Amino acid sequence: MKRKDDFNERRKHLAHLTEAQLEERFWQLAEQIVDPLVELAEKNTSPSIERSVLLRMGFSSIEAQSIVNGAIDRGLLGKGAGHIVYRLAKEKNMGIRDAGLKLVEGEMWEDVIEIFQGGGN
Amino acid sequence: MDLKPNEKLDIENILKDLDKYRPRRRGWIWRDGINEKRQLGKFEYYDMSKPLKQSQPLPAAKYFDNIDPQGKSTITTEIASGRFEDDIRRMRMAAWHGADHIMVIRTAGQSHYDGLIEGTPQGIGGIPITRKQVRAQRKALDIIEDEVGRPINYHSYVSGVAGPEIAVMFAEEGVNGAHQDPQYNVLYRNINMIRSFVDAACAKRIMSWGEIAQIDGAHNANATAREAWKVMPELMVQHAINSMFSVKVGMKKENICLSTVPPTAPPAPCMRLDLPYAVALRELFADYKMRAQMNTKYMESSTREATVTHTLNLLISQLTRAEIQSTITPDEGRNVPWHIYNIEAVDTAKQAFAGMDGLNEMVEIKRDEGELADRVRELKERAVLFMEEIIEVGGYFNAVEQGFFVDSGYYPERNGDGISRKIEGGIGVGTVYERDEDYMAPVTAHFGYNNIAQYDKTAIDNPSKLIGGSTFEDPDKIIYIDELDENDNVYLRLEETKELRNSSKLKPEMEWLGDGIVLMTMFLPAEERVAEFAALEIGKKLGLEDVEVIHKEIMQEAEGTRIELKGRVDFTIDIDELIIPPKPEVFTEDEIREEIEKNPMKVVAATVGEDEHSVGLREIIDIKHGGIEKYGIECHYLGTSVPVEKLVDAAIEIDADAILASTIISHDDIHYRNMKKLHDLSVEKGIREKIILAAGGTQVSNELAIENGMDAGFGRGSNGDQVATFLVKKRREMKNEN
Repeated sequence: MKRKDDFNERRKHLAHLTEAQLEERFWQLAEQIVDPLVELAEKNTSPSIERSVLLRMGFSSIEAQSIVNGAIDRGLLGKGAGHIVYRLAKEKNMGIRDAGLKLVEGEMWEDVIEIFQGGGN
Repeated sequence: MDLKPNEKLDIENILKDLDKYRPRRRGWIWRDGINEKRQLGKFEYYDMSKPLKQSQPLPAAKYFDNIDPQGKSTITTEIASGRFEDDIRRMRMAAWHGADHIMVIRTAGQSHYDGLIEGTPQGIGGIPITRKQVRAQRKALDIIEDEVGRPINYHSYVSGVAGPEIAVMFAEEGVNGAHQDPQYNVLYRNINMIRSFVDAACAKRIMSWGEIAQIDGAHNANATAREAWKVMPELMVQHAINSMFSVKVGMKKENICLSTVPPTAPPAPCMRLDLPYAVALRELFADYKMRAQMNTKYMESSTREATVTHTLNLLISQLTRAEIQSTITPDEGRNVPWHIYNIEAVDTAKQAFAGMDGLNEMVEIKRDEGELADRVRELKERAVLFMEEIIEVGGYFNAVEQGFFVDSGYYPERNGDGISRKIEGGIGVGTVYERDEDYMAPVTAHFGYNNIAQYDKTAIDNPSKLIGGSTFEDPDKIIYIDELDENDNVYLRLEETKELRNSSKLKPEMEWLGDGIVLMTMFLPAEERVAEFAALEIGKKLGLEDVEVIHKEIMQEAEGTRIELKGRVDFTIDIDELIIPPKPEVFTEDEIREEIEKNPMKVVAATVGEDEHSVGLREIIDIKHGGIEKYGIECHYLGTSVPVEKLVDAAIEIDADAILASTIISHDDIHYRNMKKLHDLSVEKGIREKIILAAGGTQVSNELAIENGMDAGFGRGSNGDQVATFLVKKRREMKNEN
């Protein structure tokens, strides 16, 4: 878009504001702009977020990559990669790390699918 | 590990047991002792922080009791050579000069790397940020901060498509500061905007847990826009979006720093353009911290020009505020920064702040009326209008798609040259997944929807309870990877430079140990292009390799050109084979002055024989040239071509403590023969025992002067301080003998 500087025209509704009011308006607008972005972030996840969860659960970057890719391939990332590991460990009575390493090896994914297709919890 | 000032950092030792290293703290640390007056040497300072335990003061500090005032702003240096093992040494040098925020630039392309990089591969224009490198550098900074006596903040980047993972690694490894701004991903790295904001929220929450200070990315608009001063309204909008987004996901305002650059540079009237902007920004963002960057947009290859621009930038910091003062190396316009220019930039900030100490007590910004007041108001209004239009078009994503950002028009003017990105485009498009109702992540500091309650209602506020603690609670759970690439790692590089680290071999260096790079400055009486190609030839004839002209400046089109030339030497010097004469002893100015005040001293001085040279002796005597007169020594200068007899007679007449004979002409050893004659005559007249005899001149050596009856000889490069020191010392000795 090309447009000449129409500041004097455009500012008319701001002209009567005190500087404090102008600053208040600035921050209200900022909030209005970011609120939908924050909401978006609350409801969604990404491979990097899920890998960051697995890192915090005690997996290496390479292991985390492998588990997250496995979850994406099986359409399960919306459950949370950490969740998958946690649930597998719980169901099979394994340690968190042992369960995750099985998934890294490409094993026990059938169990994962079965657990989660059972419908959530 | 204690490090002595005269001992080099031991990289092998730093690499040892890295798998067991744990950071000593988390979070950012500001300078201590600000907002209080303090006495340093002879002066009272208003704006300085607690001094360092050990440091390298400015060159002129020797006139001021070697004080090294440290301003109130944290000082940043950016290090980016591509080899972390060499960067560590640069960090130490920078810390000694006053840097306490070390920002490590990432290798080109890391922001598009989907995951963490491991090991120690070499980088380009920065290092690959890996756990090992971060750990090694943090460990080195622990040693360095103990040495200088001030905490050092370590910093890198949480951006790109692996932001959340990098944030976790940084929090685990005690990284203290990081860039994080999803707008940077979107605008400059073309990473999908949805992915960028979703990732950013998680990354910021993790950074908040780690108390990592955040710096935003708004300053990049300055560097990108065609006319940098026109993006000022947009810059405030970018700052606001990142700041507000950060606060909403849980970051404390005190940990949010705005990266702000004075947009303009001379010959533009930059202060008049940049100052109102700086004031407007600091008023709007009163609760946030300012990270003042120096201008890079208008940097050419002249380090002098850059330094002047940067000094004006520092004046703005002083007049307004900058909790963090970043520095840009003045050579950034011509090469990847070299060690010496990191130090220059840090010193520029330190020097300017020391010099401007307390300025705000005397000088005030005319805030409430006139041009500045009008401009501040106008900038704020333009920023508000910008945000109104973002909302009008349906929000941030639509605004980006329509090219709102980095348009060269002064908003609301639009030139249609902004950066436009597609909502359904960019790297990582389609990689965002909706969280299911039973989505769960059993870890600390996780942002967003997290259905912990399905497993344990008591764990809602502490999700990692489900797994007995995450790595944030139990760092022993961190899986440390040492190296992945056997052909690209620090051990291979160290092997290549082994000889330079463990032997007496020495080689010049600008960025990497043993790189052999040297810089030469010359003036050539030829026009620019001729000068450039002649300089390349000169470099080759000097035996340099990879010769390159890195700066040229016309003095006058026909009369000549200033050239700066870099090249590489391929030899080493064996320091064991060097003959290094002992360092001349010099007393402090105060010590000499005190002695002369107590016991006044008189000398007679002349150039002896048939010798009309006077410059050297005048340098030694004259107060104007820093000669011995400045200590209160009474000097009787007899002139040039003075016979030795006259000199001795004059000494007797005024009862002088010493005779200083200058003798430049040296053919047929006439200079030494005159010394002999001076000695013999003094003996003959019975004054030799109580008078000091010294001779000086370009061809005089101390040893031969003594052989010829003098008490000392002063050759080329001698100065008044050395002569005064000698006179005081010799007189003490003679008194003790008597």
